[in-house]
Amino acid sequence: MGLLSDPVRRRALARLVLRLNAPLCVLSYVAGIAWFLALVFPPLTQRTYMSENAMGSTMVEEQFAGGDRARAFARDFAAHRKKSGALPVAWLERTMRSVGLEVYTQSFSRKLPFPDETHERYMVSGTNVYGILRAPRAASTESLVLTVPCGSDSTNSQAVGLLLALAAHFRGQIYWAKDIIFLVTEHDLLGTEAWLEAYHDVNVTGMQSSPLQGRAGAIQAAVALELSSDVVTSLDVAVEGLNGQLPNLDLLNLFQTFCQKGGTGSVGGPQDWTSLDGPLQGLQTLLLMVLRQASGRPHGSHGLFLRYRVEALTLRGINSFRQYKYDLVAVGKALEGMFRKLNHLLERLHQSFFLYLLPALSRFVSIGLYMPAAGFLLLVLGLKISSLHEAEVGLEEPGGVGFQGLTGPISKSLCALQGVGLASLVAPLLISQAMGLALYVLPVLGQHVATQHFPVAEAEAVVLTLLAIYAAGLALPHNTHRVVSTQAPDRGWMALKLVALIYLALQLGCIALTNFSLGFLLATTMVPAAALAKPHGPRTLYAALLVLTSPAATLLGSLFLWRELQEAPLSLAEGWQLFLAALAQGVLEHHTYGALLFPLLSLGLYPCWLLFWNVLFWK
Amino acid sequence: MAAAMPLALLVLLLLGPRGWCLAEPPRDSLREELVITPLPSGDVAATFQFRTRWDSELQREGGLSVLLKADRLFHTSYHSQAVHIRPVCRNARCTSISWELRQTLSVVFDAFITGQGKKDWSLFRMFSRTLTEPCPLASESRVYVDITTYNQDNETLEVNPPPTTTYQDIILGTRKTYAIYDLLDTAMINKSRNLNIQLKWKRPPENEAPPVPFLHAQRYVSGYGLQKGELSTLLYNTHPYRAFPVLLLDTVPWYLRLYVHTLTITSKGKENKPSYIHYQPAQDRLQPHLLEMLIQLPANSVTKVSIQFERALLKWTEYTPDPNHGFYVSPSVLSALVPSVVAAKPVDWEESPLFNSLFPVSDGSNYFVRLYTEPLLVNLPTPDFSMPYNVICLTCTVVAVCYGSFYNLLTRTFHIEEPRTGGLAKRLANLIRRARGVPPL
Repeated sequence: MGLLSDPVRRRALARLVLRLNAPLCVLSYVAGIAWFLALVFPPLTQRTYMSENAMGSTMVEEQFAGGDRARAFARDFAAHRKKSGALPVAWLERTMRSVGLEVYTQSFSRKLPFPDETHERYMVSGTNVYGILRAPRAASTESLVLTVPCGSDSTNSQAVGLLLALAAHFRGQIYWAKDIIFLVTEHDLLGTEAWLEAYHDVNVTGMQSSPLQGRAGAIQAAVALELSSDVVTSLDVAVEGLNGQLPNLDLLNLFQTFCQKGGTGSVGGPQDWTSLDGPLQGLQTLLLMVLRQASGRPHGSHGLFLRYRVEALTLRGINSFRQYKYDLVAVGKALEGMFRKLNHLLERLHQSFFLYLLPALSRFVSIGLYMPAAGFLLLVLGLKISSLHEAEVGLEEPGGVGFQGLTGPISKSLCALQGVGLASLVAPLLISQAMGLALYVLPVLGQHVATQHFPVAEAEAVVLTLLAIYAAGLALPHNTHRVVSTQAPDRGWMALKLVALIYLALQLGCIALTNFSLGFLLATTMVPAAALAKPHGPRTLYAALLVLTSPAATLLGSLFLWRELQEAPLSLAEGWQLFLAALAQGVLEHHTYGALLFPLLSLGLYPCWLLFWNVLFWK
Repeated sequence: MAAAMPLALLVLLLLGPRGWCLAEPPRDSLREELVITPLPSGDVAATFQFRTRWDSELQREGGLSVLLKADRLFHTSYHSQAVHIRPVCRNARCTSISWELRQTLSVVFDAFITGQGKKDWSLFRMFSRTLTEPCPLASESRVYVDITTYNQDNETLEVNPPPTTTYQDIILGTRKTYAIYDLLDTAMINKSRNLNIQLKWKRPPENEAPPVPFLHAQRYVSGYGLQKGELSTLLYNTHPYRAFPVLLLDTVPWYLRLYVHTLTITSKGKENKPSYIHYQPAQDRLQPHLLEMLIQLPANSVTKVSIQFERALLKWTEYTPDPNHGFYVSPSVLSALVPSVVAAKPVDWEESPLFNSLFPVSDGSNYFVRLYTEPLLVNLPTPDFSMPYNVICLTCTVVAVCYGSFYNLLTRTFHIEEPRTGGLAKRLANLIRRARGVPPL
């Protein structure tokens, strides 16, 4: 502060920042990326450890031995399912009742805003079945949930079988202190969302569902199970939930404890990397997690529980080509152990981290250690803002830096703006925001108009309208030029760029705080182009760079990176198809689950990006 | 729901470490009985009751108390113990009084845990004991078994050995038939010195949902997030044609700030106006909210009573040691006269079994029920209690640094100082000029 209150030294500092601006920006950007890459190495990653006392020291002995029973249940379930073509509700009710649960059903229906071509559904109606195991001598104030989402195909029947066998086993025990809810949902996540909304008696997504007849108090934790075969080589755990929310790290530690005991378990996708624990694998896992978290979609039905502050994760059985396989008994034992330890909980899980990244199942990076990566990237914007301001003030008062600048770059920029005339900025700002609003509203609203006039289906219409509006935004500079009458050419674009930079920095800062992965990904791509954009110099090069780093291009690039990391590279055509599907999914998930990525991109980042486009083509 | 089940009501009962008999017998001074009721869900409720006059020492064991074996009684899904003491008159004029001690123990045996999924049961399977002899001091020692059949035909279950007598009564509005085993009846035990009562279902009851009582209730918290929420109570009247009023009493802790204007009561989609409301607002840290309403429940309906609340932020010393567990909100209490389906029948109080005093019948057309809904667990906004030290250090540092700098900036005046130019020569010259009284260069 002493430095800032001394006008001479302040001026010297300002001159230094101005003179070394470009190298400082490059340095800061490189430091951000390097910090992120360094997250894989031990000083920055730590081994996970159990923080919760109630689950840490106590040992449980798993006694589950119902492998045959689980397989028999699974066979019956698959057969009934095939026969009826939907979830065999009556059979499930009967079976759950026969193992001694209190059984309830819930029917729900939902009309999607437009047909979902990936899952082939539009008007959805289904029935969830759940059974409650009442804890003896307890008052039903707390509960745990084991859920199996069933999609349109019968891939998850082994999980249903295991759920029923576990229910039968749990029912015979007397040590339960919390009720356990065994939930089978139809139409996977839609069913889960309907059940959760009904359980908490709220309606956030316009789902129509019948009220629940049976409840079991406050849900403390939930585990979702997905198995597609009788045997597994490992269990993969998915933690990323809606809008990048993560469950408490202790839940993951719990899973890891039982994986170590049983020798099974991985994080982050179909390969098992348990044997190879090198930094490259760590980086691959880390990047996959960042991409999954940035997408903001729930990766498994556990993701929807997180909104209600229920710690939850999804276990997914992986059957790869490894030699040693585990049968359902091993999976059942892991689940039994987890539930028995969760049963010991005295408080909600709260001791461990809620914000973390995972380079491996047994390693994590806490928020204090990964935030600097995003901080360095945002520093580039800060440097650019201060240099632009200095340049503007320089234009205004050639004599030097005035005292008025003391109160920070934002008020400084406001002063600078007054010099330009706010009016010239209103038009581009309004137009770009209007484009964003159109991008958000029109595709779904106008799908019927589009299907009437063009030979396309609704889902295609939505995606194509999205792309059309997105591309139409690029015509913005020409539009504004008719509206804006600029007097001072240089000052005009600088003021606009200043506003755009501040807008971008604020948005990215907020996003990085709530969903680090998304913030980091967007900062990595958008910051360089945003810093470079100006109407002089190699404009074609800048334009190409800007287009390549626009939000849509980032999405496309992420898809390619994603498949590359999963070792299933995409061809260009496939990538394009996947991109179109991802757009439709993004819009659908916003409407069906309340995912925020689509409104964030269309109402926030896309208009901001248009401002830079506008700067680039300023005349 | 569990709280609303009739079994919760059924159970009152008993006690007792070992049996009780009087050393000096007026023989009528100890009565003991065991009531065994198969519940619709397949579980079995067993209720012991020992009543004695407490005017001399209690000694001895025997009789029903041999069944009280701790490891069995605690492997049950419900258990409740009670002791009642009251003065009773020794004679008609009440010139002297004795104290009456009544001890009760109620347990509900879980069919799935004790019976391996079968609904048949026997004394031995439940208690791992059989009855061998009556308490020699007891004036009455009986076992009642509920053999009411839920279907019309009488063939669904059988008890073994066959009872000598049966007894019929109306309990909670339904007609019940009990098989009576009198342990003082010598024929009952002397045959084999061993009485193991067994019940077998001839046709196992179908795997259907058990029949629901006329009145039951459910309570839950709705909403998510730590700011607001809603308390909802669902009152079910499953009677096909009769409506009846219910008195609903709610006490809600002050840290859930109720918005009384949001109180809504709906039945069958229409608003239901309570005929009486008494509301006493909470005072912070002094008294809870008290809300009492008389609500008419239409026949065959679900009535939803909901009221919104805001969660208060407590002082940090007011949190419990386990704040993340949540805070309990006590159950709502429902009091109602529930219509019964059977006709009235005069009851001879002296001759009737002891358990009748548990379910007093005022008039045959309805009976009194008090139900407690489940307690609720509500999370309040909770600070991270492991952090205060770090937070205090950090905030103090930040405040100190910011305050110092801002104070500095605000109070200092700034003016631009000409840079010092010139070397030693100029300074010397200025020194001389100052000495001469001439302005410096």
